[in-house]
Amino acid sequence: MLWETLRLAFTTIIRNKLRSFLTVLGVVIGVAAVIAMVTIGQGSSAQVSASVEALGTNVLIVRPGSRGFGPPGGGEAAPKFTLKDAEALRGLPQIGYLAPLNSGGQTVVYGNANAATQVYGSTADYLRVQNWPLLSGRNFAEGEETSGAAVCLIGATVQAKLFGNADPLGETIRVKSVACTVIGTLAGKGAGSFGQDQDDLVLMPIKTVQRRLEGNKDVTSMSIALRKTVASADGIKAVQDILRERRRIAIGQADNFSVTDMKEISSMLSGVNSVLTGLLSSVAAVSLLVGGIGIMNIMLVSVTERTREIGIRLAVGASAAQVLQQFLVEAVVLSLLGGIIGIGAGLGIAYAGLIYMAIPFAPSGSVVALAFGFSALVGVVFGYFPARRAAKLDPIEALRHQ
Amino acid sequence: MPPPLIELRSVARTYGTGEAEVRALAEVNLTINQGEFVAIMGPSGSGKSTAMNIIGCLDRPSAGKYLFQGVEVQDLDQDRRALLRRHCLGFVFQGFNLLARSSALENVELPLIYKGQPRAIREARARAALAKVGLQGRESADPSQLSGGQQQRVAIARALAGDPMLILADEPTGNLDSHRSHEIMQLLQQLNRDEGITIVMVTHEEDIAAYARRLLVFTDGKLTRDTAQPERR
Repeated sequence: MLWETLRLAFTTIIRNKLRSFLTVLGVVIGVAAVIAMVTIGQGSSAQVSASVEALGTNVLIVRPGSRGFGPPGGGEAAPKFTLKDAEALRGLPQIGYLAPLNSGGQTVVYGNANAATQVYGSTADYLRVQNWPLLSGRNFAEGEETSGAAVCLIGATVQAKLFGNADPLGETIRVKSVACTVIGTLAGKGAGSFGQDQDDLVLMPIKTVQRRLEGNKDVTSMSIALRKTVASADGIKAVQDILRERRRIAIGQADNFSVTDMKEISSMLSGVNSVLTGLLSSVAAVSLLVGGIGIMNIMLVSVTERTREIGIRLAVGASAAQVLQQFLVEAVVLSLLGGIIGIGAGLGIAYAGLIYMAIPFAPSGSVVALAFGFSALVGVVFGYFPARRAAKLDPIEALRHQ
Repeated sequence: MPPPLIELRSVARTYGTGEAEVRALAEVNLTINQGEFVAIMGPSGSGKSTAMNIIGCLDRPSAGKYLFQGVEVQDLDQDRRALLRRHCLGFVFQGFNLLARSSALENVELPLIYKGQPRAIREARARAALAKVGLQGRESADPSQLSGGQQQRVAIARALAGDPMLILADEPTGNLDSHRSHEIMQLLQQLNRDEGITIVMVTHEEDIAAYARRLLVFTDGKLTRDTAQPERR
């Protein structure tokens, strides 16, 4: 009997293809939105964790100014670090690699091509801290670092903008007014945790940047990779102790610098991510509800249209429960078809979005199953009222209906 | 002696209450035995359709008793009446009442679906029923592809497919020309004679009623005439 009812439901749905499709469009959009939101949200959360995992060890970022995200400083500008601070920290047993940074936005030019990018002054250790492989060429040599030589490593985005497919190794590019030889290219990293392009950079020895681009002796921040065996809290403590001493901060006085554990940022980002995903998904769930109302509406129309058919079925011996079942199954099948189309569309949207953001596409089976179950539930809830109305029809009245 | 197939005892049917009360049937006593062919006549509003709906378990009497094969059925709930219709009754209507976008075969299979019969058996029985009404070869035709007479034959086949004891025909020839009407009446007569199926038919045409062997006339909600008559051939 259930099999017959299913067959009947499919026949009826296929008979009115366009109408059936429009009926379930609300459910399609609702399910697609939920699936796309959740899949993209989970993908980017996973990406944040993965990019932190990729660092291998605990990475600390040390910045002048009090703790916080966004532009550092605030009221009184905290003094910058110097290369001597970096040297002092490098001596700590907890620290594996340390890269001082002095960065700024610059325009880089090669031939007719130019690009606005971020120029990072650092050392060969920068790539070690970041666990960032070279695509070609070599890292800075020690002599180049100490002398402040005009050499640079370029990120994949800059390479593509300036050189296209040509080989940049050994070519000279102009950074602001400095002619600078490209000695290596960096492997592509893709989008970062905030969606920023991590490959849009030029890396030069820090002394070159200090002397010839920025005209100062500042170290604007430091990236530190702790040794694998060191707990990040211990590492942070050691760095803080040295810096407080060097910056002559009295006991009881607040730090005028901050030490941030990247893992902490990652967990915070994941948190923000899941809140956003939850919010967007609940908005999407509302459209699923609206979709359910659409189904109920059309099912009510359908019951009225098919009053005579219902009368015939009752006359030949269908029970009220069988008529109820017929219309309920039809609503559920409709809703499920909408759900299946929506799951397909949602995964498609998520796939396109994640590929665009260079994040791996990993659909979650439980979310798909949940969406499927939810669309079945929508069918039952919103199909019940019209189906009950059909089942309660009086056979004599129904047969007389024109 | 087995109980009569149908027995109405002081059956009344009223619609509405108080001032607006309308009495469609009053004090109807009627016995119909297995194998009879009964025609019900009467002007419109005489209660003949109401009597038909009560006999067909589509409606319930307001007062009195309805015994089907000696069992009181007037108080059965909707689902039990559905069961009775499913297993014992077959309906033929004036307007044919076929499912428009289903084939003749599917229409005839309909009552068998509700009887829960497997597909192969359903199809075989539906084909047999269609053959019995002279429609072999038209199994896959839609009602729109069939003439009025053929559509009514499909409806009769549908009533037959459920293997009923009683066929209730409500003006079965009302939408047909006289030639087709007589064909349909001959078919009903033959089913009554050869299969032993009891037939109760409402009509307002004398020559159609003449096919039955017993004539009931309703006037103002009352059974006013009940006579045996020679069967028309």
